[in-house]
Amino acid sequence: MQISRDILTRSYQAMRTIREFEERLHVEFATGEIPGFVHLYCGEEASGVGVCAHLGKTDTIASTHRGHGHCIAKGVAVDGMMAEIYGRRTGVCRGKGGSMHIADLSLGMLGANGIVGGGPPLICGAALSHKLLKDNGVAVAFYGDGASNEGSTLESLNLATVWHLPAVFVVEDNGYGEATGSSYACAGTQKDRAAGFGMPYFECDGTDFFAVYEAAEEAISHARSGKGPAMLHVHLARWYGHFEGDAMSYRVNGEVTKERSERDCLVKFRQRAADVSLLEASVLDEIDAAVKNEIDAAVVAAKKAPLPEAEDLTRDVYVSY
Amino acid sequence: MSKKSFRQAINEALRQEMRRDPRVIIMGEDVAGGRGGTSGVQDAWGGVLGVTKGLLTEFGEDRVLDTPISEASYIGAAAGAAATGLRPVAELMFVDFVGCCLDQIMNQAAKFRYMFGGKARTPLVIRAMYGAGFNAAAQHSQALYPLFTHIPGLKVVVPSSPYEAKGLLIQAIRDDDPVIFLENKVMYDEEEDVPDDPYTIPFGEANLTREGNDVTIVAFGRMVGFANQAADRLEKEGISCTVIDPRTTSPLDSGTILDCVADTGRLVIVDESSPRCNLATDVAALVAEEAFDALKAPIRRVVPPHTPVPFATILENLYLPSVEKIEAAVRSVAAYRVKEEV
Ligand SMILES: Cc1ncc(C[n+]2csc(CCOP(=O)(O)OP(=O)(O)O)c2C)c(N)n1
Ligand SMILES: [Mg+2]
Repeated sequence: MQISRDILTRSYQAMRTIREFEERLHVEFATGEIPGFVHLYCGEEASGVGVCAHLGKTDTIASTHRGHGHCIAKGVAVDGMMAEIYGRRTGVCRGKGGSMHIADLSLGMLGANGIVGGGPPLICGAALSHKLLKDNGVAVAFYGDGASNEGSTLESLNLATVWHLPAVFVVEDNGYGEATGSSYACAGTQKDRAAGFGMPYFECDGTDFFAVYEAAEEAISHARSGKGPAMLHVHLARWYGHFEGDAMSYRVNGEVTKERSERDCLVKFRQRAADVSLLEASVLDEIDAAVKNEIDAAVVAAKKAPLPEAEDLTRDVYVSY
Repeated sequence: MSKKSFRQAINEALRQEMRRDPRVIIMGEDVAGGRGGTSGVQDAWGGVLGVTKGLLTEFGEDRVLDTPISEASYIGAAAGAAATGLRPVAELMFVDFVGCCLDQIMNQAAKFRYMFGGKARTPLVIRAMYGAGFNAAAQHSQALYPLFTHIPGLKVVVPSSPYEAKGLLIQAIRDDDPVIFLENKVMYDEEEDVPDDPYTIPFGEANLTREGNDVTIVAFGRMVGFANQAADRLEKEGISCTVIDPRTTSPLDSGTILDCVADTGRLVIVDESSPRCNLATDVAALVAEEAFDALKAPIRRVVPPHTPVPFATILENLYLPSVEKIEAAVRSVAAYRVKEEV
């Protein structure tokens, strides 16, 4: 498979940005300055980025409570995201949504979501818009292994097939929903679930950008070409607790360390780039340095940014009232 | 008697009722946690905020059921099990998730008894946390007790302290109707003396947490504590308040509310749920209808604005009723004088 230098650089940059963003939040959260719940996407970067590499502004995604990575992959500005997480007026949602509700509809980002299983039905609607408005767009639902057990998700698989929608269902399977393993909570297999609804199924190692990129290309082009929905099952691991503060006693000692040392999507990307001379290490180093600065600046700016004002409380409940 | 947190009081109520009656089971997402995990550690969470910790160890997997993330099916299963011989206590985690399973509560469990001509019993308890103050934003902060109160067939409990929580939860578990038991998530670490033995607090009997002559305050759940703090401060200004904790919004102890308003003639209602069609409007309507002659001032409601719950702390604080807002409302009704007719 040929991937342009431009896509490679942008994808690496997006993955590095997500990693840096999340690692930094992990540190900042521990200081107690960040309000609310924060769920980190560390270790899962290649999934969001490998999928979104095939999407443009006219395509739509819906995300989850673990949404920072999807937002960055779809192009949401990190300074606005950081400010949002800090509850600032300059945040992408003016400090009214926080980590779990980052959205930018102008970029086709239909929102992170506090409700597990909230996204897949919305994506059926977005896919319907793409279909009826004939903009050639596709709609992609990211959801977890845990969310795959929500009635809303299973109903959406059916609806998308019945309506023959340009929708892709991306199951980000990190093996856990909160503190419960998917081996306990998920009956059958995702593959059989796709087959049960008559849609094509693709799967890949979600820590390998190239594998995700290829599998996503197939799933998305299937949907975009008018053949109906597809499912993409991405195998992942999460590197931190369900949310910040989770001690993870349900995971065997060393599980995360092993994931970090053996299945780091950024290390793997660099390896592959070097092996087949795709991108020079110096280019990647420059990206790393630039990203670090960008995140530093975003944190500094977020901490200094103005708080929302009293009038914001009652603003934007309706368009008109 | 010993100091117990709100969390411990609820845990103890569950434990004692599970010991007393083998038909009592609990279920919910990560009520134990750790199943399917790689460490083999069981009871890894004991509930997302640790409220059900330790129950798995004592009662085992048949009676402490971790569920997939499938609210419609497990809440419905709890209703079905309740109608067929078990006494389930299902945990919905955040009450906001009722959006995923309202049918099973509203159209199924709540309706069985009436619809089936009095032939069904559905001894179901649904526990969930509610309320703002956690920066949990719009989908994890609602105070939805009015939604349930609106539905005939459901009983709705909003405990205001650890002591209240234990007695009301035991009552809920022993009750033969579906009960929605709502715990304010900001209160889990609040402590007070709670008896070690099991006890019940009957539904529909309000608690007067203090008695005074000037103004009656009716408050729900966490707001009872706020109302008492406001009353403490107002006492020093010479305004004495009665504070009523209705304990249950359905049934509602309208008699106590009307009696107190008959004495004071002035009423403030504190309710942290969205202001339209909430408990404050319900109580205001009751008093306007039944105690019009006793009123010496307009009824004042201390409620949030008609908006979703915002994320940022500064907005969330503005959103919620506060001790200061309650004080201001009480002062204004205390000072109110009916204009003499000219
Ligand atoms: C309807 C609903 N039920 C439960 C929750 C609480 N909750 C938040 S995230 C989560 C686990 C989701 O697991 P999964 O879908 O696998 O996503 P992951 O966290 O692994 O990324 C749960 C149970 C919720 N937010 N919404
Ligand atoms: Mg998961």
